[in-house]
Amino acid sequence: MIQKPKGWKALPISGLILEGGNSVGYETGSWRALRPVIDTEKCSHCMLCWLFCPDGSIKVRDSKVSGVDLRYCKGCGICAVECPRQVIEMLEESQLRKEA
Amino acid sequence: MRFASIKGEVKALEGDNAVAEAMRQINPDVVAAYPITPQTEIVMTFSEFVSDGKVDTEFIPVESEHAALSACIGAALAGARAQTATCGPGLALMWEMLWVASGWRLPIVMYITNRAFNAPLNILCSHDDSMGSRDACWIQLYAETQQEAYDNALQAIRIAEHPDVLLPVMCCMDGFVLSHTLAPVEVLPDEAVKNWVGNYTPRYSVLDVDHPVTYGAADFTDYYFEHKRPQWEAMANASRVIAEIGEEYEKLTGRRYRFIDTYQLEDAEIAIIILGATAGATRVAVDQLRKDGIKAGMLKIRSFRPFPADEVMKALKGKKAVAILERTGFFGAQGNPVFLEVATALYLNKIQIPLVNYIFGLGGRDTVPEQICSVFHDLLEIVRSGQTEPVFRYLGLREF
Repeated sequence: MIQKPKGWKALPISGLILEGGNSVGYETGSWRALRPVIDTEKCSHCMLCWLFCPDGSIKVRDSKVSGVDLRYCKGCGICAVECPRQVIEMLEESQLRKEA
Repeated sequence: MRFASIKGEVKALEGDNAVAEAMRQINPDVVAAYPITPQTEIVMTFSEFVSDGKVDTEFIPVESEHAALSACIGAALAGARAQTATCGPGLALMWEMLWVASGWRLPIVMYITNRAFNAPLNILCSHDDSMGSRDACWIQLYAETQQEAYDNALQAIRIAEHPDVLLPVMCCMDGFVLSHTLAPVEVLPDEAVKNWVGNYTPRYSVLDVDHPVTYGAADFTDYYFEHKRPQWEAMANASRVIAEIGEEYEKLTGRRYRFIDTYQLEDAEIAIIILGATAGATRVAVDQLRKDGIKAGMLKIRSFRPFPADEVMKALKGKKAVAILERTGFFGAQGNPVFLEVATALYLNKIQIPLVNYIFGLGGRDTVPEQICSVFHDLLEIVRSGQTEPVFRYLGLREF
């Protein structure tokens, strides 16, 4: 999220955030060192990864897991640990970027 | 005595009980505290009010002072009026949270019964605790008497909650000297205090789900500096608000409260600057010197934060020598806290007055009028010789 920085007179006191749902504006995907890659063929779509993901980054389409929202996924790996079928693999982000 | 619009009842109260009485009348939503001598009686007495159903306060006996202030901060975030009390090592244990309370602009009021820092172990009066935390962006008011401790308590809540201020306030009184000695205190009628403090409408509440607010987001290089800047503005506003509230309180009670108080200062040639209970002994000393035809005077500082530089500078103009007496000592500094403020105020206004700085009464040692008289005589000698050396001195210390 790029925006022109505000001066102190234009800000709420104490750095308060006076709205809800504002984490949408904070794209934490750049923190990621490991990227979860889901094998959607083997996935049973039990939704445990969706339930456990602290950033709501598991994408769902027609009630099925369809991938990971890389704008927000921090690469914490909780999804891979929780997956009962172990079909989520954590791969090196830097390697994937090189390949791409 | 000025005209008072309301008459209170005069009671014999120790300083701690006078503060507890003020707290009963304020009826805060939350009090979280941990006992520590000589503050204990404040909280002990107040907890009896809670048990007896005389207040509506949620009383939280916590496991430490860090937790006491943290609980007050949590309560204040929810929009509650929160108060606590501590001193000495207890205040030191709150250190981290002092800055959080002021950084989040929470109008918490805290009562301090000034106590020395260990080591050596001591439970008696020095001003080490509040002076050590003077830069935490808390307003600091100092009382000379039990009456002032009571009156400061009632004014502090109005100053803290003023929309242009929104800062926490420490109300300081000398431990034991005021906290544990009886004095006549005029206590206002409950109804008058209720009207005086009024209802508190918090600017934000984390429990107001219709208006969500986030406190405590991480704040780094891009915004931290901008988010700190308004705290200086709030302190500057307090410099106006403390006087306004003082004027309003004077109309109510007839008792005058401003940033400083003076005694025989206007035509004085030599003066002592002091804060806290020892101002009483200084008044006696001034009277004795005046009897001998010596033009001595006193300047008492009530508000140390914000520091009333203008008032102090104007009141000192034309004095021939001034001594600043302090019940604490900064190690390795160019002087002790009040001295540094006074010297800076004078220097920036291009006023040259010979200054000396005495440390006195550490760890509860009594300082009597005869000793204060000796300081005035030192000042006379400075006026005569023009020599201030040594600038830093000790009063009432065995020098062998």
